[in-house]
Amino acid sequence: MDSVRDSKNKSTFAWAIAFVFALIWLAAAFLPFFFMVLNSFKEKFEMLVSGVFNLPESWYPTNYIEILTGTFWTFFFNSIIVVGISLILLLFISACASYPLARFKFALAKPLYGVIVACMSIPIHITLIPVFKMATYTGMYDSIWALIGPYIAFAIPISVFILTTFVGGIPLEIEESAEIDGCNKYRMFFSIILPLAKPGLSTIAIYNGVNMWNEFSFAYTLTQSAGKRTLPLAIWEFQGQYSMNTPMIMAVLTLTVMPMIIMFIVFQDKLVKGMTAGAVKG
Amino acid sequence: MSLYDKRRAETRRAASIFLAPVIILMLIYIAYPIYDSFNISFFRWNGITAGRAFIGIQNWLDLMRDSSFWASFKNNVVIMILSIVIQIPIGLALATFLDFGGKKLNVFKVIWFVPLLMSSVAVGFLFRYALATNGGLISTIFGWFGGGNIDLLGDPNRALLTVIMVICWQFIPFYMVYFMAAYTNISFDIYEASIIDGATRGQYFLNIALPLLTPAMKSAAILSMVGSLKYFDLIYVMTGGGPGTSTELMATYMYKQSFKNFNMGYGSTVACGMFILISLMALITMRLLNSGKED
Repeated sequence: MDSVRDSKNKSTFAWAIAFVFALIWLAAAFLPFFFMVLNSFKEKFEMLVSGVFNLPESWYPTNYIEILTGTFWTFFFNSIIVVGISLILLLFISACASYPLARFKFALAKPLYGVIVACMSIPIHITLIPVFKMATYTGMYDSIWALIGPYIAFAIPISVFILTTFVGGIPLEIEESAEIDGCNKYRMFFSIILPLAKPGLSTIAIYNGVNMWNEFSFAYTLTQSAGKRTLPLAIWEFQGQYSMNTPMIMAVLTLTVMPMIIMFIVFQDKLVKGMTAGAVKG
Repeated sequence: MSLYDKRRAETRRAASIFLAPVIILMLIYIAYPIYDSFNISFFRWNGITAGRAFIGIQNWLDLMRDSSFWASFKNNVVIMILSIVIQIPIGLALATFLDFGGKKLNVFKVIWFVPLLMSSVAVGFLFRYALATNGGLISTIFGWFGGGNIDLLGDPNRALLTVIMVICWQFIPFYMVYFMAAYTNISFDIYEASIIDGATRGQYFLNIALPLLTPAMKSAAILSMVGSLKYFDLIYVMTGGGPGTSTELMATYMYKQSFKNFNMGYGSTVACGMFILISLMALITMRLLNSGKED
């Protein structure tokens, strides 16, 4: 009896220590975010005078008003357009590709799948100069259209990987009976595979949506003027104008981060699941 | 026989139609650019004018002797090692905490997850201000404990370590959700059975969960490794590789050579060198980890 109680005490003790560490990490994860939001409501010099953690004297909304009545929305809608178009095309073509890779018997299926999946570890930097070159030659440089191709191409490997696994897990019986009824491969794809693959599609939509929304390297290289850039790059525009105005910069950052935070609050479980599924490769 | 052939031809045709868009896009945006980068690496070219001079392997010889490139490679390796050593254990610890605690710890999960939702650009800018010597977050906290202001990003001896801490801040949530997923793959029956047999949670973790999580830890290590070697955005935004070359990475170095100095021939060479090094290290690590599996 004693030993049971002993181990129970020991485990509550261990649990208490774990809890303390959990709280420390909670502070570490939250403080920078708190710092950003809190100081975004201060006036230009207030932060320097009153210290970082003091509540603003009055919640000063002018930073936000100034940003939201300015170019912010151009960046925002550019991001919406690029991510929207890229995602729709990506979902469709990677679903197309995963169907034969999961189901058809042909000699190239395995090696092709291997090559596509291996492309996951390719650093984008080796493609940066040639893609930049292509964008200037085709006249797409400095427009949001230049981003769509690379965004889709670099999202293909992980998407095909996840979807092929997913399609492979759909029970064969449905297709077999459809085939006996004379359904050809194209109709099979559109009326059976595509609807059944919805959960897999929503996973890759979330995973790639977050990544594309936050993408930096291609957006920074392939666009130049403020009106053509995506939301993560908005900060450069404001930084030039308000370099000494830290609260203003914090307000811009808060606004660029907000869309994702709102998405997270609305679709919390789905988002966590999507981010994880994207992570589990092999 | 002819029916069989006909069916095979039909399958092949359907397969190529379904696969064509993906293959074409990957050829245009991945395969051709890789070829083209190697091609450009044999030229001197400023990237703007059409004229470029073939200089053979000169760029490659320069790369071999370029101490800045090797310094950045070393920084990449330091980031790689510390990322694996710090992120995976903490990520695993957080996941374990959440797994044991269940639904009532949801608040922790939500807040721990937030850094992962921010773009690297936002994280980089945020920390540039949060780590400022005067009026920064860390300096302020140091002040509470009687310390003075501390210059974290401007001091060449501290900058790399500081940057690594920020990288960990951003990516630990990723490994946390990664291991949370791995935990859900361990069946609840196993946990129940071991507790009924009198195992404490600590014993369950060490003797049962940990061995079952080993494959997940291996793939997490590979992910972290490849990720650290091609790291770019956060550091480019936060320090630009400086002060000096103290936080320079292969990718930031490549970017500066190509798009700041307009030395695209050499920039391509750096990119190719980086590509070769990453592929080699990934291949070797996977070999090593897989050979461990057979024992």
